[in-house]
Amino acid sequence: MLLIHCPWCGIERPEIEFRCGGEAHIDRPGQPGDLDDRQWADFLYMRSNPKGLLAERWRHVHGCGRFFNAVRHTVSDSFVCVYKTGEPCPDLEALAREGAQ
Amino acid sequence: MTQRNRTQEGGRIDREAPVSFTFDGKRYQGFAGDTLASALLANDVHLVGRSFKYHRPRGIVTAGSEEPNALVGVARSQARHLSGEATPNLRATQVEIHDGLAAESQNRWPSLSFDIGAVNDKLSPLFVAGFYYKTFMWPKSFWNKVYEPFIRSAAGLGRAPKKPDTDTYANTYAHCDVLVAGSGPAGLAAALAAARSGARVILADEQAEFGGSLLHERGAEIDGKPASDWLAGALAELGDNPRVTLLPRTTVFGYFNHNFLALAERVTDHLAKPDPERPRERMWQVRAKQVVIASGAIERPLVFPENDRPGVMMAEAGRIYANRYGVLPGKRIAVATACDSAWRAAFDIAEAGGAIAVIADLRADPPADLVARAAALGVRVERGCAVTGVIGKTRVKRVLLGRISDAGVLSAGEVDVDCLLMSGGWTPNVSLHSQARGKLDWQADKGAFLPGDPVQAQGSAGSCRGVDGLAEVLADGARAGVAAATAVGHEGDTPEFAATGGEAGDGWWLGAVPHDRDAARVRAFVDFQNDVTAKDVKLAVREGMQSIEHIKRYTTTGMATDQGRLSNMNALSIASGALGNEIPQVGLTTFRQPYTPVTFGTLATTSRGDLFDPVRKTPIHDWAAKQGAAFEDVALWKRAWYFPKGGEDMHDAVARECRTVRESVGLFDATTLGKIEIVGPDAAEFLNRIYTNPWTKLGVGKLRYGLMLNEAGFIMDDGVVGRLAEDRFHVTTTTGGAPRVLAHMEDYLQTEWSDLDVWLTSTTEQWAVIAVQGPKAREAIAPLVDDIDLSGDAFPHMSVREGHVMGGIPCRLFRMSFTGEAGYEINVPPSRARAIWEAVWANVEKLGGCAYGTETMHVLRAEKGYIIVGQETDGTVTPDDVGMTWAIGKKKPDFVGKRSLARPDLVAEGRKQMVGLLTKDGKTLLEEGAQVTVERSPARGTSALGHVTSSYRSPAAGRPIALAMIAGGRARIGETLHVPMPDGGIAVEVVRPVFVDPEGTRLNV
Repeated sequence: MLLIHCPWCGIERPEIEFRCGGEAHIDRPGQPGDLDDRQWADFLYMRSNPKGLLAERWRHVHGCGRFFNAVRHTVSDSFVCVYKTGEPCPDLEALAREGAQ
Repeated sequence: MTQRNRTQEGGRIDREAPVSFTFDGKRYQGFAGDTLASALLANDVHLVGRSFKYHRPRGIVTAGSEEPNALVGVARSQARHLSGEATPNLRATQVEIHDGLAAESQNRWPSLSFDIGAVNDKLSPLFVAGFYYKTFMWPKSFWNKVYEPFIRSAAGLGRAPKKPDTDTYANTYAHCDVLVAGSGPAGLAAALAAARSGARVILADEQAEFGGSLLHERGAEIDGKPASDWLAGALAELGDNPRVTLLPRTTVFGYFNHNFLALAERVTDHLAKPDPERPRERMWQVRAKQVVIASGAIERPLVFPENDRPGVMMAEAGRIYANRYGVLPGKRIAVATACDSAWRAAFDIAEAGGAIAVIADLRADPPADLVARAAALGVRVERGCAVTGVIGKTRVKRVLLGRISDAGVLSAGEVDVDCLLMSGGWTPNVSLHSQARGKLDWQADKGAFLPGDPVQAQGSAGSCRGVDGLAEVLADGARAGVAAATAVGHEGDTPEFAATGGEAGDGWWLGAVPHDRDAARVRAFVDFQNDVTAKDVKLAVREGMQSIEHIKRYTTTGMATDQGRLSNMNALSIASGALGNEIPQVGLTTFRQPYTPVTFGTLATTSRGDLFDPVRKTPIHDWAAKQGAAFEDVALWKRAWYFPKGGEDMHDAVARECRTVRESVGLFDATTLGKIEIVGPDAAEFLNRIYTNPWTKLGVGKLRYGLMLNEAGFIMDDGVVGRLAEDRFHVTTTTGGAPRVLAHMEDYLQTEWSDLDVWLTSTTEQWAVIAVQGPKAREAIAPLVDDIDLSGDAFPHMSVREGHVMGGIPCRLFRMSFTGEAGYEINVPPSRARAIWEAVWANVEKLGGCAYGTETMHVLRAEKGYIIVGQETDGTVTPDDVGMTWAIGKKKPDFVGKRSLARPDLVAEGRKQMVGLLTKDGKTLLEEGAQVTVERSPARGTSALGHVTSSYRSPAAGRPIALAMIAGGRARIGETLHVPMPDGGIAVEVVRPVFVDPEGTRLNV
């Protein structure tokens, strides 16, 4: 069971308190009507699904109830960092290089 | 009673405390401190089971949890045994005996010594590797009647208990700085080192006593003391430390993500009369900052013909039985080895009184000091010599020796013995490291896989990472313990231990041992429990299996309860030889949780019976139960299903309830509906975005039906929303959908629309809901309402008022309908709901009304064509599909799912649409889920047009009615279609999905 740090609560809690909300930083288009079918399908369904670092949305659903983002390694399941919703996505390539060293 | 193999003295058993137990109904005696295996061996019982496939007689092979053969059914008492409460497949090497314990052998009938199933052994050519795949293929008709019953009756070893488990199980959570798995010298040194630095330590070991190899080391010394004395001191030190938790009889069976470990503690099975307040087993769920794995090494069998005979045993196991339990594994013993440690086993057993007939070492030049000591003891030594066979069906009688030479193996005669000890060297136990996703490194010079770099906060210590010798192992444990403690901020000195003895020494052997026997006729076993021979592994390779993962599944090698800790390396070596490939290229199968089998009770702990799942009951529940209601489960809720009266069946009760609601009035408990309070200056705008409907212009005091889509354009929930104030809405959701809907709303609010000033609160449990439906609904509630004008003009259909009932109880009164009749839903505080319900009930009864349940609610709504999300819809249904485009706010620029409604596939012709179906004969009730086709008897392979989603007998329509999703359904109204059933197609007419009051005039009385 994963151990996840909630940046709002400032504590680590077990995975069962959280729900994963899929890949982060996929903004809902402001004017969905302006998108053609392919663009809309990309927004709805296409995800990066990397082997490596991935920024994900998590919600501390049985704690503070708030969403935050976390960078998780999809192979080792280790969490590299967490940050609050609205904060920019860290440089995943730089984080991967740091991790490799 | 005699224990003819018991030594005169020595061992850790309590000779003052005799213990009486039974095995296969026969009474035996052992001593406190014995395992079932050691006690049986003391009584010279080697034959303890039959093998899985060939039903070959099998004996005790090991002294630990890796035991492949001695699997037994165990009950605390003969009474429990007879009543079918024995736990199957326990390893006799782990079962501690106590007075009254009843054990039985498995996989034999009628008896262990005479087993009908042993005919399989004669038929063994039929049961080669992959025989399941080869034998049970054709003819197809044999599957149900012949093959499957055969496989089912042959599958498994033990018998599952027939009755519910009467024992209790506990669950506990723990945190620690350092978890040490294994309490041998490495684990003890690690625990001592970490504890001395101030770290919080948990030390767990699967055995009853801590100490690992120290429990049977004879002659080893630590810090100038005999190993057992040092052990007692170390345990006293750890026991006195309040920051240390000692868990004997506790298996670390699962190593999961982020240093989360699961431990199974056997609390009372070893006691004759346990305190009934204590659980049988306890599950520990531990989050450790650091883990030290000190799981030791496991001695490897030698693969020679007939190596599975009872009386053939691991050399170290023989040493353990002699030194720790005071039991000689035999009177006259041969030793077959490729490793120094087996010589030490022979010497210890000789000192304890056993006669060593011969030591046959596969190596041409075993160490001179060992040879010299054997000579001094008068033991015959054969170098470059293999055991090539074992005579004796249910017990070793003779072993065949073969001399290994350049010309092959030449017979070197036979030796009469009653026990054969074997050793192919040591396999580091890397199971937990592997479970923790750590990779393994192949060490060609040691013939072993060792733990590679750990992935988690974890390290290995001692012989599980190839360290040999007591002093070296202690030093390695101390190093690992300090490293773990330091990593969590507890600096400490590395303790130093002076030790002598305890080396495993050199030498190892992998794979099959050469012999001079007829290869076609003899079998050398690799995996005892699954009856896999060296020939099977080679055959699998010949038949095209290349990866060890394929070989494992084809032959079942390594799929036993020890996960191949005993067999894997030999199987791998044989496979690599057959493939002509190096061992690391062939690969090792992955070790997975659990380390050893765990009882279902421990995994379930308290989550069974009433505690399996929470049950949600409404404040009206007890009233409904008293009225004799039948209940159904909806999500976690118990809902009143129908209220049978005087011998009514469900059909009669529902028909009566339906008629009563339409004719007078019915009372319905709608408390389970989900409720969400949406408050804030932007509440209306939030609803605009989250529901399809427009909300800006909804007046205060008005209700509106709301339809919710997901972003893909499909219906996910619906409910009625009331506007209580400009900035306050009372939202209802489906009973099962409440948490999902709130999470959906929170998701958009928090992550997409942080510009909106809105608060969402679950109020499901703040309001009990009493629905009163029917033409006399107003009469039924009017006497109870304090301060709300109920007249049709002042309070029309689809309105909401806040007020009071019964002299000041606050309420939110909704005028709405899910039945097609005029009706009200009275939202009141749950604490007052029962009293209000009973007051309304008194009026309803006076008016000739009834209470009704969810089944009647379903019929009434279906008569009106109202959908139920999840019944008419299935996650692929759009508003247009169910004829609800009227619920879409056409002028809104955007809402969740709007863009998707213009997707090509959602506007394409021929989508399934909701329609009504009436059976042509006016009598037949369709089955929900039945397919609908054009032809009465469609040809095989014809696609259905759709399916029946709801089907009921409708008292109002006077006939059965159905709702269905049919391709292009609305254009087919008036057509005749068919519902094919096994006994012929049923003709149905497609109609509009409204069967009662299509104009809705009854709503507005």
